[in-house]
Amino acid sequence: MKIVHSWLIDLAPLGTDAASIATVMTELGLAVEGIDQVGTTVPGVITARVIRTERHPDAAKVHRVFVDAGDGIERHVWCGAFNMQPGDVLPLATPGTVMPDGRAIEPKPILGISSDGMLCSARELGLGDDHAGIVVLPVGTPLGLPYGDALGLSPETVYDLDVTRNRPDCWGHLGVARDVAARLGVGVHSSPAPVVPSGPARSAPVDLGAGTRCARFTSTVISGVSVGTSPDYIRNRLAAAGMRPINNVVDASNYVMLELNQPNHAYDLATLGGGGFKVRCAADGETMVTLDGVERTLTATDLLICDANDSPIGIGGIMGGLHSEISDTTSTIALEMAWFEPQGIMDTATRLGLRSEASARFERGVDPYGMPAAIARFVELLALSCPDLIVNEGLVDARSASLPPERAAVSCRVAKVNQVLGTNIAASTMVALLGPIGFTTTLADDVLSVVVPSWRPDCRAEIDIVEEIARHFGYANVGRTVPKSAMHGRLSPIQVRRRALREVLLGLGISEAMPNPFLSPDDLVAAGLDSRAVRIVNPLAAEESVLRTSLRPGLLKAVAFNESHRRAGVHLFEIGHVYPPGEGTLPNEFVALTVVLAGAHAGAAMAVWRQIAAAMGLGARVDQSLVPAGLHPTRSATLSAGRDAIGAVGEVHPDVLDAYNVTERVAILELNLSVMLATEPRVTQWKPTSRFPSSDLDVAFSVPNTVVAEKVEKAIKQAAGNLLADLTLFDVYVGAGVADAARSLAYRLRLQALDRTLGESELASLRDKVIGAVGKLGATLRG
Amino acid sequence: MIDQVLAARDSAVARVGAAMVAADVRALETELLGKKGPFAEFKMALGKLATVDDKKVAGQAVNEATAVVGAALGSRLAELAAAERLVQLETERIDLTEVTSRPGRGHAHIVTQAWQRLEDVFIGLGFQVAEGPEVETDWYNFEALNMGKGHPARGEFDTLFTDYGEPGTVVLRTHTSPVQIRVMQTIEPPIYMVMPGRVFRRDTPDATHMPVFHQIEGLVIDRNITMADLAGTIEAFTKAFFGGDFTSRLRPSYFPFTEPSAEFDIQTPSGDWLELGGCGMVHPNVLTAAGLDPEQWSGFAFGFGIDRMAKERHAVGDLREMYTNDIRFLEQF
Repeated sequence: MKIVHSWLIDLAPLGTDAASIATVMTELGLAVEGIDQVGTTVPGVITARVIRTERHPDAAKVHRVFVDAGDGIERHVWCGAFNMQPGDVLPLATPGTVMPDGRAIEPKPILGISSDGMLCSARELGLGDDHAGIVVLPVGTPLGLPYGDALGLSPETVYDLDVTRNRPDCWGHLGVARDVAARLGVGVHSSPAPVVPSGPARSAPVDLGAGTRCARFTSTVISGVSVGTSPDYIRNRLAAAGMRPINNVVDASNYVMLELNQPNHAYDLATLGGGGFKVRCAADGETMVTLDGVERTLTATDLLICDANDSPIGIGGIMGGLHSEISDTTSTIALEMAWFEPQGIMDTATRLGLRSEASARFERGVDPYGMPAAIARFVELLALSCPDLIVNEGLVDARSASLPPERAAVSCRVAKVNQVLGTNIAASTMVALLGPIGFTTTLADDVLSVVVPSWRPDCRAEIDIVEEIARHFGYANVGRTVPKSAMHGRLSPIQVRRRALREVLLGLGISEAMPNPFLSPDDLVAAGLDSRAVRIVNPLAAEESVLRTSLRPGLLKAVAFNESHRRAGVHLFEIGHVYPPGEGTLPNEFVALTVVLAGAHAGAAMAVWRQIAAAMGLGARVDQSLVPAGLHPTRSATLSAGRDAIGAVGEVHPDVLDAYNVTERVAILELNLSVMLATEPRVTQWKPTSRFPSSDLDVAFSVPNTVVAEKVEKAIKQAAGNLLADLTLFDVYVGAGVADAARSLAYRLRLQALDRTLGESELASLRDKVIGAVGKLGATLRG
Repeated sequence: MIDQVLAARDSAVARVGAAMVAADVRALETELLGKKGPFAEFKMALGKLATVDDKKVAGQAVNEATAVVGAALGSRLAELAAAERLVQLETERIDLTEVTSRPGRGHAHIVTQAWQRLEDVFIGLGFQVAEGPEVETDWYNFEALNMGKGHPARGEFDTLFTDYGEPGTVVLRTHTSPVQIRVMQTIEPPIYMVMPGRVFRRDTPDATHMPVFHQIEGLVIDRNITMADLAGTIEAFTKAFFGGDFTSRLRPSYFPFTEPSAEFDIQTPSGDWLELGGCGMVHPNVLTAAGLDPEQWSGFAFGFGIDRMAKERHAVGDLREMYTNDIRFLEQF
């Protein structure tokens, strides 16, 4: 919201220092995003008239514009905008001009043809945000003058306010002035009294249907209009606020909107079909062309303003039609001021993707009782340039039953205010804080009875009154205390374990990645995974339209990215949420861990799993007979706990690597952390350390390839029982001396008893027992 | 005899001193102080002396000589051992800067680092940590937070909708606030909780915006919690996280789920104000939606972005850089 300083201080004596006004605004919750100087004339920019325009066969994006700056010399300018006609008067920045953004204008040639300057957009001149085309100045603007003089421009200071949703009143200068004035302890200048019609009776009747959507519609006939130019100050302020001055009627309309937050529309009564209005909902499929030249297809939920002949002349509260504009010959106008139900405006504006200054205001909430003051202000402003202006008798004020009441009464307990704020504000102070913003307050039994003004539709409950008191009391004046927490701060056990897990992974040299959780539709299948997934209905891009069900695709992309940047062999992990679809209200979201070790084989992933398992006190069965989807069929295993698969370990399938353009092997470990970290690991119980000497026993077996080492180890452990202090696989050998389809596994057993030194014979019988047990698996002892 | 003893002593000491390796010293020990050595023989010869006095004088001389030789042996052995260790140490010399293996430790993502630092500060202030689902129902993400269907503020969240369940009912959470509702539904007050997590907005990525980013949210619900408690907690956090020479302020703002609402800014020691996040007193409608009686309980909530903390701490020029998963980025931190 652009608030013009000169305009603001016209409405209330707020002082002249913009910086201190801005401070007050900020303290009141009107966030000042910037204070700009606009309308400062740029030396060297003069007015010039278009003689003709010409395309150049080799230039697609620019054309040649020939202009006359009043001295009869034809000047040639290259221009990238096409919005001018011969006869239009434009601002021309002559060579040597330094533009507000610091750019110096040089006779820069294009295709060898030089340019005698630059034609300027509003933004280039610091006049506003408009950069769609060149500024076209009013017809009859004298030529060769500094454009500021030609326009009667004067510099304006503009506050760029970020007005929050709950403050529709601050979409007008008066609302801002009222808030700041209240804080400064000064009053707002009174607005003009409602008009007293003096002209002959002449009405523009209103047929108000769809009363729930449009609860009030006033029409005022005003005669003696002569369409022309507005006074300079009006034009300046409108331009500073970002609206282009058009003519005195449209300018008065916009000025009233920007000052009082009352959007309105002036129709030429001569061209208004049937000389009146009809408000109704559109028929499904009904079309109309809006002011911007676009044909809109409507539905029964959209509201139309029609003329008395039922021809649509505007989409209610959003935008007028093409054919209802004021012309140079307009002499009598019908002025519409209405109140629309906010939700309906928002729905239509959203559905049509059509937002306007009016719709932005109506959807936030305009004062349903602000029309008389707004009509009076409009007349006052237009009379400045129309000395014969007369308001005709016969004002129409059509209302429906759904018009909100003029006064909303809200009770607010004094104790509640102080309880919420932690303050000790006297009731009388509260009354005094609320009065200046128009909240009429009386006190009885420690309860404030507050009558909320009609321009503050946001204040309907006790807590809203508390907030108003807090704002005007000053947030900075609320104390600072720290609540005494009866709780002790800590992480949950799962959070503690997740942090520990992360430390283990980092300690193993694996770095943490954070890939995008949104996948492309093909990513899951390419990773060998089930394609079923939750999809985003309105994704930014199709490649980001699928919610991941696995961390694998993201990490494989990261491996491929790094490989393509000469960083093969990256070791990455991610701990993150995945969202497989399920049967419940929400997807079966869980926290997963995936580790990828590029350039490493499955054993490296197993080693990571063992480290994690040891560090975290976790256990799982490594089941190589269940190959996880998308993993290497002979080098991967499912990790199971009980009957549930809780992870996978091994290598990524070469087909998957191909699909992801990864050329290295990739070892992988995947775990469901929501399951794995949920159970508290058992606390290790002390076992006494033996004081007797230990003996080592080395045995090597020729083990068929079909028998996994884990089984051999299990057999050894069972056979040796509690005399086995330690077991290590110290050699794996394939080759001469070992049977086909078998390999040699050499183990060292450290044997030790708690209560004695193991003797030769006891060791020998243990050895036999171990050999016997392993032999049952089909393994044979090697010489 | 005494002359003989002294001569033997001197000769023995000279030989010990001349020994160049430890083995020779040990051999000399056996030869000189053994049963067949000169001093043993002198001891045997003592008996043949005439008088008691003679025996006494000579015996003392032999003992002294034996001790002198023993000491010489011991010190020579120590000297030689020290010299040998010195040689060993010198031959073991290596260049410690000559390291061929890369540093082995992995790198935690800077968002995780910021996340954990924030958690730790809040834990120190007495908070616990809660988490919730990233895919949420419309009810938790909006409705329970005082944004009923059609609430204008919904439009400002740029929500990503999913095809899960009935159309429009399941969204990617646009803020961590739905966790507030889940916490209030499951935990009896008092509640002192922070809720970090990943959130989603339909924002085109640029230097300061990502469609996927992270927030941390705080919620306190207790009896008689006031706005002064909110201001004091924000100030305590500011000092604990940024440093004692930082300060904070609240300025009025609007959020549907809090009232009064505020933006909170921090002031750097050089005097600049930086916008940090939003906060306010939990709206009575939110307490009611979560099953708490607003006449019994009151509280405050606050929230801000984690990614920006990481970005500014490490002076990362562009948020998008943080999500490339380029190892050359990750291993910098």
